[in-house]
Amino acid sequence: MSTAISGQKRAAFDAVALKFEATVEEKFGEFTLIAPAHNVIALLTSLRDHRDFLFEQLVDLCGVDFDQDARRSDQHPERFAVVYHLLSVSKNTRVRVVVYLPEIQPIVRTVVGLWASANWFEREAFDLFGILFEGHPDLRRLLTDYGFVGHPFRKDFPLSGHVEMRYDEEKGRVIYEPVSIEPRVTVPRVVR
Amino acid sequence: MTEIRNYTMNFGPQHPAAHGVLRLIMEMDGEVVERIDPHIGLLHRATEKLAESKPYNHSIGYMDRLDYVSMMCNEHAYVLAIEKLLGVQVPTRAQYIRVMFSEITRIRNHLLWIAAHGLDIGAMAVFLYAFREREDLCDVYEATSGARLHAAYFRPGGVYRDLPEKMPRYASSKVHSDDEIRAKNMNREGSVLDFIESFVERFPACVDEYENLLTDNRIWKQRTVDIAVVSPERALQLGFTGPMLRGSGFAWDLRRKQPYEVYPELKFDIPVGVTGDCYDRYLVRMEEMRQSNHIIKQCVNWLKDNPGPVMLDDHKLTPPSRENMKDDMESLIHHFKLFTEGYSTPPGQVYQAVEAPKGEFGIYIISDGANKPYRLKVRAPGFAHLAALDEMARGHMLSDVVAIIGTQDIVFGEVDR
Repeated sequence: MSTAISGQKRAAFDAVALKFEATVEEKFGEFTLIAPAHNVIALLTSLRDHRDFLFEQLVDLCGVDFDQDARRSDQHPERFAVVYHLLSVSKNTRVRVVVYLPEIQPIVRTVVGLWASANWFEREAFDLFGILFEGHPDLRRLLTDYGFVGHPFRKDFPLSGHVEMRYDEEKGRVIYEPVSIEPRVTVPRVVR
Repeated sequence: MTEIRNYTMNFGPQHPAAHGVLRLIMEMDGEVVERIDPHIGLLHRATEKLAESKPYNHSIGYMDRLDYVSMMCNEHAYVLAIEKLLGVQVPTRAQYIRVMFSEITRIRNHLLWIAAHGLDIGAMAVFLYAFREREDLCDVYEATSGARLHAAYFRPGGVYRDLPEKMPRYASSKVHSDDEIRAKNMNREGSVLDFIESFVERFPACVDEYENLLTDNRIWKQRTVDIAVVSPERALQLGFTGPMLRGSGFAWDLRRKQPYEVYPELKFDIPVGVTGDCYDRYLVRMEEMRQSNHIIKQCVNWLKDNPGPVMLDDHKLTPPSRENMKDDMESLIHHFKLFTEGYSTPPGQVYQAVEAPKGEFGIYIISDGANKPYRLKVRAPGFAHLAALDEMARGHMLSDVVAIIGTQDIVFGEVDR
């Protein structure tokens, strides 16, 4: 990408960020808009409809859980985040929109009305992180088992889970039991 | 007066036409589908969570098992994302090898797709022909990476090893005569590249063969034409990518529009559909096989003329040679540190997408500066496509649901992750 085009994009993102109290970051050649929770829908609507952007596609939406260590570094103000990846087919640009949500009641308006593809992505984020999407037409669990308890991708959810299941000969059905394996770290985390 | 009511029908999770473990709850009005509620997650292995607890390199093998019929394309997105984080540039020969194998993978994927899709809607013979060619590509995989399916061949910094000089041959056996063995070994006399070249020359005729069986076939057309028409606007709304988007008439291909590796150097066309029905998507994928074949040919020619390194010489990221490890202390330390601890990436977040056979396959990594990703998100094309199954199938007959699942090219490894 030439610097002139990059500069143009930057200016456009700066303008929209100023309007919606968002901040712009440019790193690894990618643009990230960090939006306040009350403005995120207005910002996304503008990104979709404004003729400078025309982000017709929601490529990806995912939840993120930042644990205490990550928040201590001041980079992440709240525990949860929802990350939207947008793609403009007509302008050939991508942008990432991040919105942070509080630990208690992580809730944000749904974007199903803006992009139909958000439907399952939001269900997945709800299932795995317990993030609520207000106004979602059908916010059910998507990936986990029927009757699953908890949100498995949260950082406080152990990798080995809480329950395991097996077939019980006597009862003649599948039963759930507490996991029998201890969580262990095979390779320690190292920051260099 | 009798009361007519819709009834609910269960489909799957174990059904040959479901392409894996897909459970559909269908609300039917006679034989017409009113509503579909897909239940997924039966193959959910929490790949993303597992990756959070492992050094970067350990997760390459998991990537193979996401979309398990286009293995190397998944690896490609993953290693490109890591390389973007690290800011490294891999050697050109490695880039050509990667592109060549991405295209081989695309052909493999489309061969399996046409085989399964054909079988689903009543064309048995294509299955047998498609698997005949797929077998040769499995052999290429095996000769280069050691594995026929889950290769783990792409590594951050290049590829695991250079293309071997010898193509494995069939040994004499009790059940085959010497003449048969000789015929089978005809194109295996030279290197792997020679074998790929012979495949590339043979393959367009094979695609013609499949097209002979299907393209003007009355039954095939009855099953696919005007089934599940998706307008261009809806295709964008629903997050379609790859052949699903091109079938609706968008000439959108990441290899062209947001090129990575050496795609800008290569000549190929992007086929697009007109009406956005199953038949158009079929035609798009058939043409993609021909274009991939063309790309492979260019890569083979380049690779034959340009020897060179296939891995970065930075041993903080790539392993040193076995030979050096025997008498060079520093290499030994590098090897030990790399395989016990891995490498740390600078903090930040990247999203890297590649044009996988099914569409845009993206990897989103949040790094906190450690040797493991803080969060890894896999953006699977099939996930968005399957989410649209309800909309695509409404008003169609029950038997068309199978055609729609086939045209979406669903693989549960990537949908459930």
